[in-house]
Amino acid sequence: MFPPLPNPSTRPGPPRFGEQDLIRRSASEVTPPAVRQTAVAKLIDTSKCIGCKACQSACLEWNDLRDEVGVNTGVYENPHDLTPASLTLMRFSEWENPETLNLEWLIRKDGCMHCEDPGCLKACPAPGAIVQYSNGIVDFVHENCIGCGYCIKGCPFNIPRISKTDHTAYKCTLCSDRVAVGQGPACAKACPTQAIVFGTKDEMKQHAAGRIADLKSRGYDQAGLYDPPGVGGTHVMYVLHHADKPEIYSGLAKDPKISPLVDIWKGVSRWAGFAAVGAVAAISVVHSVVAGRSRVSRADEENAEQLVDRELAGRSVGPPRGSPGDGDGSREHAP
Amino acid sequence: MTNSWTDIKNTDLVVIMGGNAAEAHPCGFKWVTEAKANRGARLIVVDPRFTRSASVADFYAPIRQGTDIAFLLGVIRYCMEHDRIQWEYVKAFTNASYLVKEGFGYHDGLFTGYDEEKRDYDRSSWDYQIGDDGYVMVDDTLQNPRCVWNLLKEHVAVYTPEMVERICGTPKDKFLKVAEMISECSSPQKTMTSMYALGWTQHSKGSQNIRAMAMLQLLLGNIGVRGGGMNALRGHSNIQGLTDIGLMSNLIPGYLTIPTEREASFDTYMSTRGFKPLRPDQMSYWQNYRKFFVSFQKAMWNTAATPENAFAYDWLPKLDVPAYDVLRIFELMHEGKVNGYICQGFNPLLSAPNRGKITEALSKLKYLVVMDPLQTETARFWQNHGAYNDVDSAAINTEVIELPTTCFAEDEGSLTNSGRWLQWHWPGGTPPGEARPDNWIMAQLHLRLKRLYREEGGPVPEPILNLDWRYKNPDEPTSEELAKELNGWVVSDVVDPADPTKVTLAKGKQVASFAALRDDGSTACGCWIYSGCFTEAGNQMARRDTSDPDDTGTFPKWSWSWPVNRRILYNRASADLSGKPWDESRKLLWWDGAKWTGYDVPDIAPTAKPGVVMPFIMNPEGTARLFTRGMMRDGPFPAHYEPFESPVANVIAPRVRGNPAARVFKADMAQFGDSAEFPYAATSYRLTEHFHFWTKHVQVNAVLQPEFFVEIGEALANEKGIKPGSTVRVWSKRGSVTAKAVVTKRIKPLVCDGKTVHVIGVPLHWGFMGAARKGFGPNSLTPFVGDANIETPEFKAFLVNMELVSGPVA
Repeated sequence: MFPPLPNPSTRPGPPRFGEQDLIRRSASEVTPPAVRQTAVAKLIDTSKCIGCKACQSACLEWNDLRDEVGVNTGVYENPHDLTPASLTLMRFSEWENPETLNLEWLIRKDGCMHCEDPGCLKACPAPGAIVQYSNGIVDFVHENCIGCGYCIKGCPFNIPRISKTDHTAYKCTLCSDRVAVGQGPACAKACPTQAIVFGTKDEMKQHAAGRIADLKSRGYDQAGLYDPPGVGGTHVMYVLHHADKPEIYSGLAKDPKISPLVDIWKGVSRWAGFAAVGAVAAISVVHSVVAGRSRVSRADEENAEQLVDRELAGRSVGPPRGSPGDGDGSREHAP
Repeated sequence: MTNSWTDIKNTDLVVIMGGNAAEAHPCGFKWVTEAKANRGARLIVVDPRFTRSASVADFYAPIRQGTDIAFLLGVIRYCMEHDRIQWEYVKAFTNASYLVKEGFGYHDGLFTGYDEEKRDYDRSSWDYQIGDDGYVMVDDTLQNPRCVWNLLKEHVAVYTPEMVERICGTPKDKFLKVAEMISECSSPQKTMTSMYALGWTQHSKGSQNIRAMAMLQLLLGNIGVRGGGMNALRGHSNIQGLTDIGLMSNLIPGYLTIPTEREASFDTYMSTRGFKPLRPDQMSYWQNYRKFFVSFQKAMWNTAATPENAFAYDWLPKLDVPAYDVLRIFELMHEGKVNGYICQGFNPLLSAPNRGKITEALSKLKYLVVMDPLQTETARFWQNHGAYNDVDSAAINTEVIELPTTCFAEDEGSLTNSGRWLQWHWPGGTPPGEARPDNWIMAQLHLRLKRLYREEGGPVPEPILNLDWRYKNPDEPTSEELAKELNGWVVSDVVDPADPTKVTLAKGKQVASFAALRDDGSTACGCWIYSGCFTEAGNQMARRDTSDPDDTGTFPKWSWSWPVNRRILYNRASADLSGKPWDESRKLLWWDGAKWTGYDVPDIAPTAKPGVVMPFIMNPEGTARLFTRGMMRDGPFPAHYEPFESPVANVIAPRVRGNPAARVFKADMAQFGDSAEFPYAATSYRLTEHFHFWTKHVQVNAVLQPEFFVEIGEALANEKGIKPGSTVRVWSKRGSVTAKAVVTKRIKPLVCDGKTVHVIGVPLHWGFMGAARKGFGPNSLTPFVGDANIETPEFKAFLVNMELVSGPVA
């Protein structure tokens, strides 16, 4: 068994990481810290998971979030998708193994993967709404969030959800508040079978190697670690019995990458932010980016895509000069 | 459990059958995960459904509910046929070599002595041959055709792999794979643990399901060893405590029995409780019965229980029937013969079978008292909740009195877990509103009754008036005071017979263990098996030392385990006849030349010589029973019987319906359905998101599993045009429910005796009170019949029909 994290001292101390450890900040420049923290990771072993939902319950409790009592739609997933309150969700899939003809009930705890190269942060136009610490944790800063939903578009795993109440985006924080005081995430603490463990990324990889060897001894030849390189690796990793087929785990991305649109989009939003001063044509886009704590509408998306197309077509219009201080612009120009 | 939760980490093979540990016991299941991760243990799951336990199993085999005995006797047959037997263990530690009376036999599904009219057996032939020396006759060569071994061999011969497939619907190759994996554990260096729960108990032959596995474990030499055992996973954090303390109508604490009306005097009562050893030199520990019984009487009535009045024997109730089990009580209530009912921590409207009958029964009461921390459905049985409780409130005259109690997290006391550990707990919160501890409520009831008897008199007032009430605050005895009473104390000085000036037990002191108890009235003890839990050294249950020398999983200083802090029962059997551990890497207890020593408290006299005193000291035989004499009502061996409602006839004995010795009340017999009208085999179970009927009151749990559903396989769904999320109606001969449909690959049709059997799963957790959506439970559908020995209702196997009501709401 992976040794559980000892209970930390109850005496308050300074947080173990904070503002000074930021390595990325949405729509802003940061000065990288001189000393990087050790990378942390959460390892989710799908082969040990019994789908008990203790993680979901612990998440709701620790974060003091409450979802609505829903309905049964003929499946075990409840709620039926991630929500602004349910930052993690057990997904169940029934898979008949074509080689053994055996049924396998693949249960995966879904939630933010804490990418080393976070698509949400890249896509985010609001300065400081998404940050990444040098230990790898990607966190949302709600007071900076404008609720535009670009983070969802930027996420290769379709994780963030926008709250209808406060119109900001929510996702798993990797319990940054707990980790900051030496605790592991609430879900790991609650997991009865230690299917969820937490530690440094190196420790987690090492622990995973042991688990994979065990799975191979049980006939799972393709057992492996899910730490996808397309996003620079993740700080939430999975042990999969069938690492060659992550998609059978309720559609886990096989080779996740940040959509190429995000880079271009990002260019557009900068331009749009600047152009908003006078460019009437771009008003609707600007509105969606800067004025509203509202979702990206279909019209917004179409407008954005048109702009992208136009830009791709020859960059006939573009920012007259270099990047105007990336993000702060959008806030400055807010009506 | 013979073993403990923590001991499961020592196993090589976990067999989950008759339970779903990952689903219903997720925290205990961590020890399975431990065994798998650290020892490379394998996990087998045998269940009608591919469960959450199956999702992490190495091998899964389907089985039709209610056919476990056929499967297990098939495995026993396989082990006998392939010589996968731990011979030294079986020959020395079981009754395999004992000779059975000539008159005993088994034909056409019935043992000798059956009386169809009474649905009962004359069990006189189900016994050993006794020699002139007064001991059982044995044949150590196992050649005698009347020895238990040969009778067993004959008894299981019919359960071939083909027959198992025909009865259970388990494909032959899957059965053989399971049998092979299990049989490997006959090696002294390999152990298997059996984890079971209500999936075995809630059948009309529940006790025999468990016996079948216990017999298999004995043949493999897996009882008394680390990583082995018969491990009942109790469904409630203190249900083990409930049975230990004797909260059953035919028991008093510590598994002593309530007298029957035929046992009018103490001498008559004791005359059948001598427990004379059946083999030479055996301990037969129940020979101490009188000490435990007298000490119990002293704990009840102290100075009023004297040798002159046979220690107040007359004040104990005398049973006129074998037991007032829950089915009998509700039958009597239904007949209008019960005036009042006190429901303490019990929600029978949802947890007793045939809800329609329960509602009618409760409606005939004059009064109903409900003591519970939650608003139960039972307390509101009279209230109309539309389809979910469609009663005519105006027609119900029962007066209902609700007494809100504290819950376990709001008071102090001990909980006894499945592994027999008494774990002390402290309040974690303040009780809301008018909630009062059960201790206070019971004390108030007692004190008021006492006053009424004193002031107004009445028949037989003595048991109430003389009840010992030695509490600092008579209005509310503390849990510590009660625990000390259960442990036992010295009533009057006991002196050394050799030297009368030397006091061996001083008056007023707590006894150290039940070994100190006496039958002359000088000791008192509320529950002999709990003796040692609260001694002069303090509250042993409150111990929280996690040390575990050599990582054996024993944790001897964490809380306290009954009996005498022993963690593995029958642990002397972990060593061979000479006292050497069967498996050095898993040693537990050994003979050091002079005494037994090891990691656990020896389950034998410390100086009892190996090879002489056998490990099963509670049995007069000293050995474990493969053949259980006349001790069970339905047979000395388990035999396959179909559930009372079964999709197929009993292929071994087509004439026999259900368990022939199970008690059935007349009106209930007429309420059994048949497969022509009710073609689907239904079963009930718990879900991990909820705990019984409690957590539906909690918003978070309600979010995780909000609405009542039934589970059906894809084949049946296609046949009926049912899509996931459709609303369906499921009904039995007794009632009807509507539910959402979960359509799954995890339930596959089984082919039993040539017939396709569809299984329908009905989870239990919903009602009409609480935070979750209103719903039904399986008990609207289930039959009113229980196990032949202990009357646990047959919730796991019944027949239903089903139809589509409406498609899923988009």
